[in-house]
Amino acid sequence: MSDTAVNHYVSELHRLQKEMGCDNLARLREAAIGRFQSQGFPSTRQENWKYTDVRPLTRMPFSLPETGMVADHEAWLNEARLPGLDCHELVFVNGRFSAELSRTDGLPEYVVLKNLAVALEEDRTLIESLIGEDNADSNPFNTLNTAFILDGVLLSVPTDCIIDIPVHLIYLSGFSDEGFAAHPRNIIALEANASVTVIENYVGADNSRYFTNTVTDAFLQENSSLTHYKLQQEGRGSYHIGNFNILQAASSRVYSHSISLGGSLVRNDIHAELKAEGAEIALQGLYMGTGKQHIDNHTRIDHLSPSTQSRENYRGVLNDQARGVFNGKVVVHKDAQKTDAAQSNANLLLSDFAEVDTKPELEIYADDVKCSHGTTVGQLDQDMLFYLRSRAIDEETARSILTYAFAEEIITQIDLQPVREYLEYRVIGRLPDADLIKEFTV
Amino acid sequence: MLNIKNLHVTVDDKEILKGLDLTVNAGEVHAIMGPNGSGKSTLANVLAGREGYTITKGSIDYEGKDLSGMAPEVRAREGIFLAFQYPVEIPGVNNIYMLKAAVNAKREYIGEPPLDAVEFLNLVKEKVKLVKLKEELLNRSVNEGFSGGEKKRNEIFQMAVLEPRLAILDETDSGLDIDALKIVAEGVNSLRNRDRAIILVTHYQRLLNYIVPDQVHVLFDGRIIKSGHRELALKLEEKGYDWVKSEAAA
Ligand SMILES: Nc1ncnc2c1ncn2[C@@H]1O[C@H](COP(=O)(O)OP(=O)(O)O)[C@@H](O)[C@H]1O
Ligand SMILES: [Mg+2]
Repeated sequence: MSDTAVNHYVSELHRLQKEMGCDNLARLREAAIGRFQSQGFPSTRQENWKYTDVRPLTRMPFSLPETGMVADHEAWLNEARLPGLDCHELVFVNGRFSAELSRTDGLPEYVVLKNLAVALEEDRTLIESLIGEDNADSNPFNTLNTAFILDGVLLSVPTDCIIDIPVHLIYLSGFSDEGFAAHPRNIIALEANASVTVIENYVGADNSRYFTNTVTDAFLQENSSLTHYKLQQEGRGSYHIGNFNILQAASSRVYSHSISLGGSLVRNDIHAELKAEGAEIALQGLYMGTGKQHIDNHTRIDHLSPSTQSRENYRGVLNDQARGVFNGKVVVHKDAQKTDAAQSNANLLLSDFAEVDTKPELEIYADDVKCSHGTTVGQLDQDMLFYLRSRAIDEETARSILTYAFAEEIITQIDLQPVREYLEYRVIGRLPDADLIKEFTV
Repeated sequence: MLNIKNLHVTVDDKEILKGLDLTVNAGEVHAIMGPNGSGKSTLANVLAGREGYTITKGSIDYEGKDLSGMAPEVRAREGIFLAFQYPVEIPGVNNIYMLKAAVNAKREYIGEPPLDAVEFLNLVKEKVKLVKLKEELLNRSVNEGFSGGEKKRNEIFQMAVLEPRLAILDETDSGLDIDALKIVAEGVNSLRNRDRAIILVTHYQRLLNYIVPDQVHVLFDGRIIKSGHRELALKLEEKGYDWVKSEAAA
C-alpha cells in the first residue's frame, strides 16, 4: 500500500549516507533501512495499529531538514522553557542540535551529556553497544529512526552519581522548513545507583506540516532511578511518533509522565522490560485532543523477574471530533512471581463526536501475582455541573472547571513544581474561561 | 416573592408535580412536608433550574420574573439558593474558590465590584462560625471526604456567604444528630430576616421545634393538599399522613 512512501525513505537514506560520507554508523543505518523495507509502514490490519491509520503521514514525502537553518526561535524557546526551573538545556531546531542555544555547564564529573552527532564521533562503541540491532518485530518507526540516526542526545550517568538539576531537552519544530522529518534519538544510560530527571519537550508551530519520529532508549543499571517527562506540544498540523524503550535492572525505578497536547496524528509507545528483581515503573499519562486530533498511547510492560512492580494511570480528555486510543499491555512472564501490577485509564468525552478506544491487556503466565486494571469512558457529571451552576457559576466555566479537575489528577502527581505549574498553565490555557478556573486548583 | 400556580412537571414523561400552588412572601419561612416520593425534591430542583424537568402547565413567578427557561446560574444570581438533599462531592475543585467564584459572579451580576482575597476571607471567617464548620474543610475539594453532617453544614455555610433572597433547604435535617441539627437550625434562624424567604423541605417535624415556620404545607402526589400553621406539623407527626389524604379525597 505505502510502497512509494517506503521507497521515498530508502532514497532519502541513500542521499543522507552520501552526504555523511562513510561515517561510523553507515552500516547500522543501512541494516536498519533494510529491515524497515521488509516491515513497511504499519496498517490497521495489525492488532497494534488497529485504531491508528498512519496513511496520512505516508502520503507526504517528508525530507530531512536543511542543515544550518536558523529560524527566529527566541519566542518559541520562551514558550518551551519552564519558568523557575534550574536545568541543563539542550535545544534542537528542526531536529538539529543548536550549540549556541544550549547550556550544559556545571555537570558533575564523568557525566556525559552531549548531542548525538558529537557523541557518534567520540563515543561510537558505547552507542553501538547500546543501540544494537532492533528486533525484527519491533515498531517500524523505531527501525526508521535507527535508519536515520543522526542527532539526538547521549546522557550517561556514572555509578553513584545523582544529578539534582534536571536535564531539559527542547525540540523546536516547524519554522519555515516545510515538510521535513526529524528522527531524534536519545540515549539515557544510568549506571548503578545513578539518578536523573529528564524532560523531553516537543514544541512546534501550528502552521506547518512536519514529522517528528523520536526514539528514546533508557538503560537502567541496578538501583538507578529515572524520572522522565515527555511534554508533547507539537504543532497542530504535525505528525508525532514516539518510542520510549526502557530496560531495567534490579531495584531500578522509572517514573514516567507523558503529556500529549499537540499534533494532528500522534502515537506514543512506551515499552518497559523489568528484567530483574525489584524493578519498578510508574507510568502517568494525560492526553487532550480537540478538533480532529488523533492521539494514541500504547504501553507495554514486561514483568520478566520476580517481585517487580508496575503502576499505570492514564487519563484522556477528548473534545470536538478528536479521537483517543489507549492500549495498555502488561505481560507477566512465567518467572515473574510476586508481580504487582495495577493499571487504570479514564476518559472524558466532551462532545458527541469525540471517540476513544481503550483496551487494557493482561497476559499472565505466573501464578502468584497481583494484577488489576480498570477503564472508564464518561461525560461530565451532570450532578456536579448542576451543583456549580446552582452556585452562580456559568455553564461554560463550570464545564471547564470540571474538565480541568479531571485532568489535574495526573498533573498533581508531578513532584517537580516548575513542571507541574507549567502544565497547569498549559492545560488550563486550552480550556474556555482560563483566567477564571486558574484559581480553582486544589 | 414566589408565586407558583397550577404547576405541572414531568420527568422522563412521567408527571411528578400535578397542579401545585404555593405563595411565599419575603420574610416568611414555609415548611413543606410529605411522604417519600411525593415530589418535594422535584419542586426544589425545578425552582433551582435543574435540567430534565419539563413544565407542562402552570407558572412560577419569582420577584415578578418568569423562572421557566432561566438558567440555573442566572437564578442563583437572582438570589435563589438550593441546599441539596445529597450534596455532590467534586474532586479537584476547591471548596473555597468555588464559593469565591460564586460570590463574585453574583456581585458582578448586580453591578458590584468583586471581593478581593482579603475581603472574601473575612467574610468566610465570619460565616463559618455560624455553622461551626471546621476551617480545614474549607480548603478541601467540594464536599470530598466530608461526613454527612459536614456536607449539610457546608450547604448552610454557603447559604450564609451567598445571602440568597429565596433559600430552599431540601431535607437539610435528615441524617443529622440532635447537636448537628441544633447547629444547622441556629444557622438558619440567624439568616432569617425581613427580605429573605426560606422553604424548608422536611419529613420530620423535629426540625420545626428549632425553626418555627410561618406556614406548613403537606405535599402529596404532586399537589399541596393541606396548608396550616405549626400545629399541623405536630398533628402530622402524631397521626401520620393518612387523615390528610382522606380529608383531601373527600
Ligand atoms: N430523575 C428522575 N427520573 C425519574 N423519576 C424521578 C426522578 N426524580 C424523581 N423521580 C420520581 O419522582 C417522584 C418524586 O420524587 P422526589 O421529588 O424525589 O420525592 P421526595 O423528595 O418527596 O421524596 C418519585 O416517584 C421519584 O421516583
Ligand atoms: Mg427528596
